[in-house]
Amino acid sequence: MVLVPVLAVVAAFGAGGLVVAAIGVDPWNALRELVGGSLGSGEGLGFTLYYATDFIFTGLAVALAFQGGLFNIGAEGQAYVGGLGAALVCLHGGFLPPWILIPAAVLGAAVFGAAWAAVPGALQAKRGSHIVITTIMFNFLASTLMAYLLVNVLRPTGDMQAESAAFPPSATVPSMKAVLAGLGIAAPTTPLNLSFVLALACALAVWVFVWRTRTGYEIRTVGQNPWAAVYGGISPARVTVLTMALSGALAGGVAVNEITGVQNRLLLDFTSGYGFVGIAVALMGRGHPLGVVLASFLFGMLYQGGAELAFDEPKITRDMIVVVQGLVVFFAGALEGLFRRGLARLFAARLGPGDKGETSLPARVAEPGGEVP
Amino acid sequence: MEDAIASAALILSSSLRLSVPLIFACLAGLWSERAGIFDIGLEGKMLVAAFASAAAASASGNAWVGLGAGILASLAFALAHGFASIEARGNQIVSGAAVNLLAAGLTATVGNAWYGQGGRTPQLTAAASRFEGMAWPGAGAAGAVPVVGPIYRDLVSGHDVLTYLALLAVPLTAFALYRTRFGLRLRATGENPAAVDTAGVSVRGIRYSGVIIAGLLCGFAGTYLSVGQAAGFLTGMTAGKGFIALAALVFAKWRPWPALATCLLFGFLDAAAIRLQGTAVAGLGEIPVQAIQALPYILTVVLLAGFIGRAVPPKAGGIPYTKER
Repeated sequence: MVLVPVLAVVAAFGAGGLVVAAIGVDPWNALRELVGGSLGSGEGLGFTLYYATDFIFTGLAVALAFQGGLFNIGAEGQAYVGGLGAALVCLHGGFLPPWILIPAAVLGAAVFGAAWAAVPGALQAKRGSHIVITTIMFNFLASTLMAYLLVNVLRPTGDMQAESAAFPPSATVPSMKAVLAGLGIAAPTTPLNLSFVLALACALAVWVFVWRTRTGYEIRTVGQNPWAAVYGGISPARVTVLTMALSGALAGGVAVNEITGVQNRLLLDFTSGYGFVGIAVALMGRGHPLGVVLASFLFGMLYQGGAELAFDEPKITRDMIVVVQGLVVFFAGALEGLFRRGLARLFAARLGPGDKGETSLPARVAEPGGEVP
Repeated sequence: MEDAIASAALILSSSLRLSVPLIFACLAGLWSERAGIFDIGLEGKMLVAAFASAAAASASGNAWVGLGAGILASLAFALAHGFASIEARGNQIVSGAAVNLLAAGLTATVGNAWYGQGGRTPQLTAAASRFEGMAWPGAGAAGAVPVVGPIYRDLVSGHDVLTYLALLAVPLTAFALYRTRFGLRLRATGENPAAVDTAGVSVRGIRYSGVIIAGLLCGFAGTYLSVGQAAGFLTGMTAGKGFIALAALVFAKWRPWPALATCLLFGFLDAAAIRLQGTAVAGLGEIPVQAIQALPYILTVVLLAGFIGRAVPPKAGGIPYTKER
């Protein structure tokens, strides 16, 4: 049922409109500015897609983990540590030509993100640790680790800012403007870069991997029923670690877009909560790559349009985006079953066998206490 | 020797002050999770309580009005979480994450719209608008007495009323949980709700009680931050304390007295991190602050993995209860 997330999002935006009205701003006007600011100009669209790039990466990370029955709250930390991987490659690989250095930086981000996610995965698989709590703890560990490294190790001597040295110019991911100019299309200057294409390619790759390969089938089986997976000769422990590692690698994509695409140096807190947007995006996109891409676009609009809105309306700050985000998570995630049962009643449709109408997430995500056999 | 005792009393006293919000929030999580409702929204509930209490205290000039408002705001969020988890049978982790996001966004948005100070509430200047330290009888004079004096003056006396309430909440929780019928039923609901249902007790009612008690306690925690410890609300002022409390809850294996001990330990680590900043420790050199800040998280991960003891969450935690149809 595609209607469920649509209804949930409408409800979330409705509630967001009430908040906007409550602080004394005309919600229709706000909506107009939001859409105009995000889609009304080439520049706005560029920023929208640039934000969407981050959300596609984190959304795919959370969605892939969902398919394996895992709730990965740690995309934020994985993206952050992924930034360390990309930065180390860029800072030490200045002698390499761009066509080797940039893929190496992408790989660095993916490997570091994967490693940071694989540890909670392994702890759940081998020691039965609750993955939600472990990934929350790993977010904070990532934040303290990176703060330490940036202040004490990576910061050039004499520099006041807690950030790394600038990367060599050959490490910069080409901007979309340059690429489009090469094709003879004029585009405004925005932070949008080729990472957007990488994100779309990842979405396609995740779809092929999860629904068209043997390993993907194993992941979905473990997500639905780990005991059945054992019966079928699949090792849930191995699949759990693999799923988390891939999830973390996808989250590392944020570092590619932000660190090597725009900032050209490693910064404190460059992930700015995008890992948590990934949860909203994955819930709204129902754990499917296509849904994730569409939801990311909507959130990209919200971020870009929200920034424009905050600029024009002094009463509204960018924090309003976080409110809408919370509402989307609440309506599309927590109250999803309510919408679903309501719709089923409306259409007098019978729920599928074994489907109690609670949630559409794989069984083990719904029951986070579930142990891996 | 005298100096050492005096400075130890001061460090312990600041540890205690830093543990107070953790104790309230950790007990809040305990009540909710022992009833079978996972609560990663402690952080968010504390944050709305901190905002509402600071706003109400500044408007009314009365700290108790602030506490009331903080509790009400926290309860509203707790009930939303309860509705999603119990009524709508939604995913409790998702709902908790929504609570955190909503709290972070709403407090900043509304704070900015109301006061226009970047999300800050006005400074609480009137004496009655804050919970201030209460000097116990003879605390000043007792300071001169060796050993016991500084301990009495700095550690026992001089805290605000919320600090003593936090310490009181621990035995109350332990008593209610282990020595009353309600506590037995609540613990049973967290382990085996079907059995509770069979006995003719409403699982729904018990779970709502757990969630409401959690909201109440988070109200105290948040109020302490903005009206006790600080003199006003700052955006994001909980700064991860709700998650440290969650870590403490795991570390204490969901039991009240160990929860107190863990919160005091984590508070001590926090105080030590502030104290040791930029100073060299004999034999170790300068300890990075981040290493001490990371300790609660590392300890929790290690404990959860069963390398030292075993932390087993309530068995029915996170699973919505569906009555047989």
